[in-house]
Amino acid sequence: MNYINKGNKPTKTGFGEGVLAAAQQDSRVVGLGADITNSVGMNFFAEAFPDRFFSMGIAEQDCVATAAGLALSGKIPVFSTYGVFAAHRANDQIRISVCYNNVHVVIGGAHAGVSVGPDGATHQALEDMATMRVLPDMTVISPCDATQAKIATEKAILECKGPVYVRFGREAVPDFTAENQGFEIGKAQLMREGNDITIVATGHEVWEALEAAKILEQKNISARVINMHTIKPLDGEILMKAASETRMIFTVEEHQIIGGLGSAVAEYLSENHPIKVVRIGMNDRFGESGQASELMHKFGLDAEGIVNRVLREWA
Amino acid sequence: MMDLQAKAKHIRELILTALAEAGSGHTGGSLDLVDIFTVLYFNHLHHDPKHPDWEGRDKVVLSIGHTAPVLYATLAAAGYFPEDEMLTLRKLGSRLQGHPSYEFRLPGLETCSGSLGQGLGVALGMALAAKMDGTSIGSGTENRVFCIMGDGEQQEGSVWESAMAAAHHKLDNLCAIIDRNRLQIDGGTEKVMAIDPLRDKWAAFGWHTIEIDGHDFSQIKMALEMADNEKGKPTVIIADTIMGKGVKSIENNNQWHGKVPTKEQLKDFLHELHQ
Repeated sequence: MNYINKGNKPTKTGFGEGVLAAAQQDSRVVGLGADITNSVGMNFFAEAFPDRFFSMGIAEQDCVATAAGLALSGKIPVFSTYGVFAAHRANDQIRISVCYNNVHVVIGGAHAGVSVGPDGATHQALEDMATMRVLPDMTVISPCDATQAKIATEKAILECKGPVYVRFGREAVPDFTAENQGFEIGKAQLMREGNDITIVATGHEVWEALEAAKILEQKNISARVINMHTIKPLDGEILMKAASETRMIFTVEEHQIIGGLGSAVAEYLSENHPIKVVRIGMNDRFGESGQASELMHKFGLDAEGIVNRVLREWA
Repeated sequence: MMDLQAKAKHIRELILTALAEAGSGHTGGSLDLVDIFTVLYFNHLHHDPKHPDWEGRDKVVLSIGHTAPVLYATLAAAGYFPEDEMLTLRKLGSRLQGHPSYEFRLPGLETCSGSLGQGLGVALGMALAAKMDGTSIGSGTENRVFCIMGDGEQQEGSVWESAMAAAHHKLDNLCAIIDRNRLQIDGGTEKVMAIDPLRDKWAAFGWHTIEIDGHDFSQIKMALEMADNEKGKPTVIIADTIMGKGVKSIENNNQWHGKVPTKEQLKDFLHELHQ
């Protein structure tokens, strides 16, 4: 897939634009706010449709239950907060009131990963994909940049039927995919061809993986890069092809290596096409304060970290 | 009122028979809510059992999912589905799951429940939606939402998040009913974790509060009408009830929270109901 960095932009902005675009097309879309409306991208919607936006206060459990009630009455509720609070504080409400009812509620999980930066571990969502992925009927989307976040969010709201979790970040990161990218939920994108190894990445890590692939090319390692923007349902077809055409799979995510993308890929391939899968991500520890780039570097999640890990495993 | 008495007696029969057949379930709380459910479904709600999805209907959210038998029995008695189906309660493949499931689209059931503290939030979402839709889809009046909670459930923090939000959004089409039987699994509510002064708490959260005898039809009816007429705030009806009401030997005995009658006991209990 062709791509060019159009400049840096936070994926949360893309999420907010996607909510607004969907709301302009469907009057059933309503929003719920838990006090942090601007920093989770809901401000565009709240300003454009004040009659359809409800301030619920710092009460995530109620937000989710209320969203379920709205959905049971024919609305399409969008509730966005930091991923740590959505996926963990309100987990039981998501499990029972949303998923067991199998209603169409779209949950935005902001502040994904250590790139949240100085706020530190309490606000860095690193286990949200694990706890959302395990819930029956839940769709989990983790777009790679702002453009994709907008398209994915709009589609999640207008096209999905059941519960959806959309994950996005705080930092301005390269916005590199095209508007007409033919995005489909559940269908991963081949970003770069390669025949030695495959790097399967999600979220902003797709950009880091592409940068890593360029460096690896100079070291005579041909790396395929896949953007696994949907963690559930997982695109097995593209993984089967990668497992049969390349010799080692690496997964990269701003998330624990337990339970997220790496686990999903390893689960799928161990059953369908056993091959070595190396999971790059947070290794069973919390994040910490620091600048986004410093943290990405410290935890081996930037291009350099990916390259180093590939060289170590490939040797 | 005689008619309601007969309905309530019949619903108690359905509950006891179904629980004895199921061999497990929650008898006490199911029985003590019968009188409230009877008045709600046979003398108050805008609903149509032949058209359970009618958009003008009022909605009932049973937040205490473990008292599912009273909801199922009332829906069956009202004609939402055949009463025979009560005998499938808790059995494999039944629409009458141990705790209500929305998956089977049981006619008249509005949401799943079973994890305490979530129903009020769900009901609040329904009430918000009804406010947005106004009277355009209804029977000329705004749709109302009723949420049945337990008293032990008041210990869940999420109840109070929803209580705050419902008052903030001035949802006068929302009415919560608390089954104040003063018992929970480990014993009396005030011993396990005191919730009194309950009425003061709800009043402080901005709700219109009413306290009634939850077994007196005329008090139940009057409270529901007062709730309908209250403007600008939601109403909570704290209904003093007797766990296990209707069968003397199990009344006020928390051993009967999660216990069911044997086939032998069932005969005695049904006999007692008819005296």
